[in-house]
Amino acid sequence: MTDAVIESKKNPDKGALSRVHFDQTAPLLEVEDLKVEFHTRYGIAEAVNGVSFTLQEGETLGILGESGCGKSVTAQAIMGILDTPPAQVAGGSIRFRGVDLLTMDERTRRHVRQNKIAIIFQDALSSLNPVFTVGWQLGEIYRKHTGATRAQAKAKAIELLELVGIPSAKQRVNSFPHQFSGGQRQRVMIAMALALEPDVIIADEPTTALDVTVQAQVMRLLGDLQKSMQMGLILITHDMGVMADVADHLCVMYAGHAVEQASVYQLYERPAHPYTKGLLESIPRVDLKGQELVAIKGLPPVLTNPPPGCAFHPRCRFARDRCKEEHPPLYDVPGGRRSACYYWEEVLES
Amino acid sequence: MTESTDFAMEPDPRTEPPESPEQQKREINRSLWADGWRELRSKPQFWLSVVWVLIVSSMAVFPSLWTSGDPLDNCLLEQGSEGPSAAHPFGFTYQGCDMWGSVVYGTSKSLAVALLATVMTTGFGMLIGVLAGFYPGMVDTVLSRFTDIFFGLPFLLGAVVFLAIVPERNVLTIAMVIALLGWTTIARIMRGSVLTTKNRDFVEAARGLGATNGRIIRRHILPNSMAPIIVLTTINLGVYVGLEATLTFLGVGFQRPNTTWGLLIAEGQPYAMQGDAHLLLIPCAFLVVTVLAFILLGDMLRDALDPRGR
Amino acid sequence: MSASDTQSGGDGVRADFTGDNVVEVRDLRKLFPLTRGIVFKKTVAHVKAVDGVSFDLKRGETLGIVGESGCGKSTLGRLLMGLERATSGSIKLLGEEITTLSPGGLRRARRNIQMVLQDPYSSLDPRMTVGDIVGEPFDIHSDVVPKKGRRKAVQDLLDVVGLNPDHINRYPHQFSGGQRQRIGIARALALKPEVIVCDEPVSALDVSVQAQVVNLFERLQNEFALSYVFIAHDLSVVRHIADRVGVMYLGKVAELGNEDEIYEHPTHPYTQALLSAVPVPDPLLRGHRDQIVLEGDVPSPANPPSGCRFRTRCWKAEEICAHEEPLLIDRPGSTHPSACHFAAERDVIHAID
Repeated sequence: MTDAVIESKKNPDKGALSRVHFDQTAPLLEVEDLKVEFHTRYGIAEAVNGVSFTLQEGETLGILGESGCGKSVTAQAIMGILDTPPAQVAGGSIRFRGVDLLTMDERTRRHVRQNKIAIIFQDALSSLNPVFTVGWQLGEIYRKHTGATRAQAKAKAIELLELVGIPSAKQRVNSFPHQFSGGQRQRVMIAMALALEPDVIIADEPTTALDVTVQAQVMRLLGDLQKSMQMGLILITHDMGVMADVADHLCVMYAGHAVEQASVYQLYERPAHPYTKGLLESIPRVDLKGQELVAIKGLPPVLTNPPPGCAFHPRCRFARDRCKEEHPPLYDVPGGRRSACYYWEEVLES
Repeated sequence: MTESTDFAMEPDPRTEPPESPEQQKREINRSLWADGWRELRSKPQFWLSVVWVLIVSSMAVFPSLWTSGDPLDNCLLEQGSEGPSAAHPFGFTYQGCDMWGSVVYGTSKSLAVALLATVMTTGFGMLIGVLAGFYPGMVDTVLSRFTDIFFGLPFLLGAVVFLAIVPERNVLTIAMVIALLGWTTIARIMRGSVLTTKNRDFVEAARGLGATNGRIIRRHILPNSMAPIIVLTTINLGVYVGLEATLTFLGVGFQRPNTTWGLLIAEGQPYAMQGDAHLLLIPCAFLVVTVLAFILLGDMLRDALDPRGR
Repeated sequence: MSASDTQSGGDGVRADFTGDNVVEVRDLRKLFPLTRGIVFKKTVAHVKAVDGVSFDLKRGETLGIVGESGCGKSTLGRLLMGLERATSGSIKLLGEEITTLSPGGLRRARRNIQMVLQDPYSSLDPRMTVGDIVGEPFDIHSDVVPKKGRRKAVQDLLDVVGLNPDHINRYPHQFSGGQRQRIGIARALALKPEVIVCDEPVSALDVSVQAQVVNLFERLQNEFALSYVFIAHDLSVVRHIADRVGVMYLGKVAELGNEDEIYEHPTHPYTQALLSAVPVPDPLLRGHRDQIVLEGDVPSPANPPSGCRFRTRCWKAEEICAHEEPLLIDRPGSTHPSACHFAAERDVIHAID
């Protein structure tokens, strides 16, 4: 038997990826018109309703939004880990280097899932298996995908722990998840995501459960790793401070729609959508005193029964009759931006 | 942290259009109990179980509605073990009594034991469970070890032993023996439920308001920890009906001249293999269906009372 | 019962009290024993959750208590509410010592201090109607509002916090997170307390709703002359709402000052590290801020470092820091107390170029 056959016998998955033709000139990730539905007992909720964005190598794309806006569902759809039922991808495409992930068979998809695109979740404690050591968990991923020996896997695990800044990695590789602090566990999760040197990392609220000093450390680590490994990073969060520090481009989501897309500088300086504007005016800043917080009135919509027309219009101070009729499309705004608001020009001016 | 992704969140009451009086009335009763009830009543199995329980209960309380006269009055040995016929659709027992009548009249003692045992089990078990769960430290330790002692007694063995030494075997004593050996499950579950509820924020909030322990237990702990007990109590009703039959079958339960399902089964069993299957099958069928009805009800209650997601 | 008990709300005691400080905390300590053994428990160590905290809360002001997890701020809140018994030290509420009160006395004292909790999803009893929840204080302290007037009182409270009074018979699960938090606030207001302890009241809310609730807190403070102890980890929110701020680390107060002093002129290294880590929603500040990176992990509160607790992670640490615990006193060159031997100002939130 040739080496290749032995390899593929040990690792039937490994062969799968080699058969797919990735276009190295295409963007890392290109999501187009993605639609995801949830079938609940109250009706169908359009959790993701026609979202499109692009991620290039070395770039950080921020998906900003609050709970229920569909950002996590988008991430899960990209990874292919949606709970189907009740969730269902209802349309659109997700292209990784030109190849549509949604049309792939599950085996190939699974292989892409770890090797090419990896995800970090918010709650590291429940994402790590408590009964296995950290070293074992890291090593297993590596072993399963590359056919390495146990010893090689352990060495790789130590290497990964050092990479993410866990002190005394040689000893800590034998520790269990609960023996690490919250920040360290998050680093371990990052190490797991990096194990197979993916091209894209999706970080879904990676710092929400962390203290602010730990948050800063973890974000710095992610940034450094991204640069050194030339990865694409999709950062999903509701924290506008973290976003401002890290993102290159932003996609703001509301009720399943992408309502604004812009570079981070454009968005924070002059938002082009009332929701973004409302958010910026309502968050307190540690470097300003005596602000007035202008709250966005009302509540986020019920996705099984959204308001007619623009999902944001009941809470919007720019709303007019037209907004109740039909949900606005994404208009092109000068500067390479987009905004899903009929009156984006007004919003820019104000 | 942030709200869970709840696509079924209720619409904003402040921005809804004003409601009609009917809508308001519907809204008022949307407690968790009411939600549970609505879910229950939509299931056909629920109604089937309820109907059966009602039938069986009325047989227990008003046997004369279901059959004419005490079957023991009309027993003729010549009719013994006769199979079903037009006049007597369920045939005759070994002693020649009408099977249908016997089953009907047997209901009351069987159900009475189950009901009494359940009341005692749940009552005592809840008391111990609440105290052990609510008061930490010595109280909990002592009560829990006390529970453990009883928990360690093997049920059937214990029942046989106790019933052998009891002076008279009637509804009360049999129920007491069952309760004596069965209360520990309720106590444990109650303790666990109370422990969980005790740590929830709204209990602390009540304390912060200055509520006494009594008030906290009454208004906050009990309503929120009752659900598993309700379920278990319902299931216990069924289990204890079967237990009575078991004990009687083993010879340590009721004896003649009583009429119970257990006795019918015990008496019919030796002859069933010889071809008179109805002697065993009829009382068994009643037993099984009744036990099943209660257990199904308990199961459905558990699903219905599952608190709505946050 | 004294005459003050029969008057409505905390008004009895409130009317008697003329001092400036509605709350006075001196040397407060709470130690949690760590035990071993199943039947006979032996104490092997103590978690020093709150270890010598002193501060005053002036009438009408908001005191923010900030710190990261494990610093003891939540325990402090519960001590103020009497939900935990202090191990030692004193808490004076409206001039009255509450650490030594009997349960009955504590209940009476609770009319003057109430609490708003963090989690809107678990701080309301799911099996009670909103009306019952907000009305519970009236049931417990039955002399505050007569039975006949209770329903109206509850509806007024719902209105004050911005909820529809007609929804008095609804259940918590029928409301959103922000609305539930408002219900909790209404409940806290019922007895017209002097002080409200807010334990992370907006952390669990969506960003767009946080501002609504923060504004509500401010409005209520103005309307009802309330004093707040606002406990939070979000320094941006605290800056907005607080008049004075105390920074806690491992059970002790590291620095105490007014909002301007703490945010613009922080002198304690921990405060500076904390502030430098807070992200600001302004991408233009990227790379221009003073970024202090703390090494190492937070020590265990059961075994804090000798001397200054922060020294294991502090870039200024010297010999003296291990031997002598720095007291929270005024330091040279600064107008507010700081617990550091080498306290010195440093601007960490603005751009430095």
